[in-house]
Amino acid sequence: MARVTGALLRAAPVLVLLAIWAGVADAHVINPFLLPPVEQVALRLAQDVASGDFAVNAGLTLARALAGFAAACAIGVPLGMLIARGRLLRWFCEPLVSVGFPMPKIAFLPVFMLWFGVYDLSKIIMVAFAAVFTVVVAAEAGTRGVDKFLLWSARGLGASPLALLREVVLPAAMPSFLTGMQIALPVSLITAVAAEMLMGGAGLGGAMLSAGQYADSVGVFAGIVETSVVGLVAVAGMARLRRRLLRWHPEFNPR
Amino acid sequence: MIRTATAYAPLAIVALLWEAASRLGLVSAHVLPSFSAVMAALWELLRGGDLWANGLASLGRSLLGFALALLCGTSLGAGMALVPALRAAVDPIVQIFYPLPKSALIPLVLVWFGIGDASKVFLVFLGCLLPMILSTYNGLRGVDPLLAWSARSLGASRLAVIAEVLFPAALPQLLTGVRTTIAFMFLLMVASELVIASNGLGYLIGELGDQGSYAQMFAVILVVTALGFAADRLFLAFSERVLKWRA
Repeated sequence: MARVTGALLRAAPVLVLLAIWAGVADAHVINPFLLPPVEQVALRLAQDVASGDFAVNAGLTLARALAGFAAACAIGVPLGMLIARGRLLRWFCEPLVSVGFPMPKIAFLPVFMLWFGVYDLSKIIMVAFAAVFTVVVAAEAGTRGVDKFLLWSARGLGASPLALLREVVLPAAMPSFLTGMQIALPVSLITAVAAEMLMGGAGLGGAMLSAGQYADSVGVFAGIVETSVVGLVAVAGMARLRRRLLRWHPEFNPR
Repeated sequence: MIRTATAYAPLAIVALLWEAASRLGLVSAHVLPSFSAVMAALWELLRGGDLWANGLASLGRSLLGFALALLCGTSLGAGMALVPALRAAVDPIVQIFYPLPKSALIPLVLVWFGIGDASKVFLVFLGCLLPMILSTYNGLRGVDPLLAWSARSLGASRLAVIAEVLFPAALPQLLTGVRTTIAFMFLLMVASELVIASNGLGYLIGELGDQGSYAQMFAVILVVTALGFAADRLFLAFSERVLKWRA
């Protein structure tokens, strides 16, 4: 009972927001083109789901974002760990990362279009490029932050370098790796949607931009809701993964 | 001086490798113009007026949107941390909009404001607002309550506690939040200009690419990269100055 009331209380402001939207749209104070009625947007959402458009577009966007994100993690985590350990590699990569980290990576989109065409490959590479810097920085910080006494004790007890990596460094740096990924995943989605807008074709970004260009504001609002659902699912999934992987960690075992 | 030179030497090495790759014919000039060609194009762009006009248009819009987001975001975030009723009202809305990939708002601002300045100012404002709210809120919430209680029991007024205890203690996290938001501002600026604009640096990159003037396109990308890097370094230096008392 208490949980239901809590959920209702939490949902209340959102319901109020929806009610205000419905009220304002019905009162015709604002041009319905700028703020389409809630029921029309809901209807469009239902149509998109029923016709399978939503599944296709959301699936494509999510697949591109996740493929690029996975590539960024596969490259970024080992690279960050190596940078933390190797002095020469750190000297070489540190300035590149510090320039690349704050740079608006999306500016390279036309370059990737030139190099890899306008289909999936260039979008996936764009996403990976946008996400990889965050992952590298977090992986490096996490590896460098591993308590040296842990390393010394394990080494003193005769752990081999491989065992040290697997049993000490990876678990100890895992929270930082996951934090990096949790920042990189929304970046991947933002980039995937923006790349789709620029290159067109199927996917949530392309569908929304053509809705915007054809002045189909109901389509734009439905697209925003669909994109937030995808974002919500991805972010929640990542948080779940963190809870699973760090079940042993004090973070999820408060005393 | 020498330390800075060694620290940034890898950038020069990359530039040399880039130049060598095109000189030796490893990559065609059509796919990747040589570094020297890009530098020549950059020099031409800097002497002409196009780059400056587009750069000023981009920065003016983005900084306006960012400043508005900073103002509203910190006030709302502080309000949420200090007033439970406001937190109950705003938090669920923040939670719902936070995972929304912000580039999805580009078509919305296109429908609302067209392709003029207002659409990009509003987009940067919306995109930067949530990170600002959250870093202010989390920063203030993370302050050890013992600090505030001690100050209260020593006779500090509620306002004095906020100004002299809570705010300074939350400052590091707030500044980190501003730093990531600045990077976000540049991302939204370029993304929106690539898609919907008739001027600005992102527009210039897309336009030069469409024309096939790749050396110029790479030059503008370098300018955007340099701007992002310079803004990040300047803000970092500013934060270190502001936080000097903590050391």
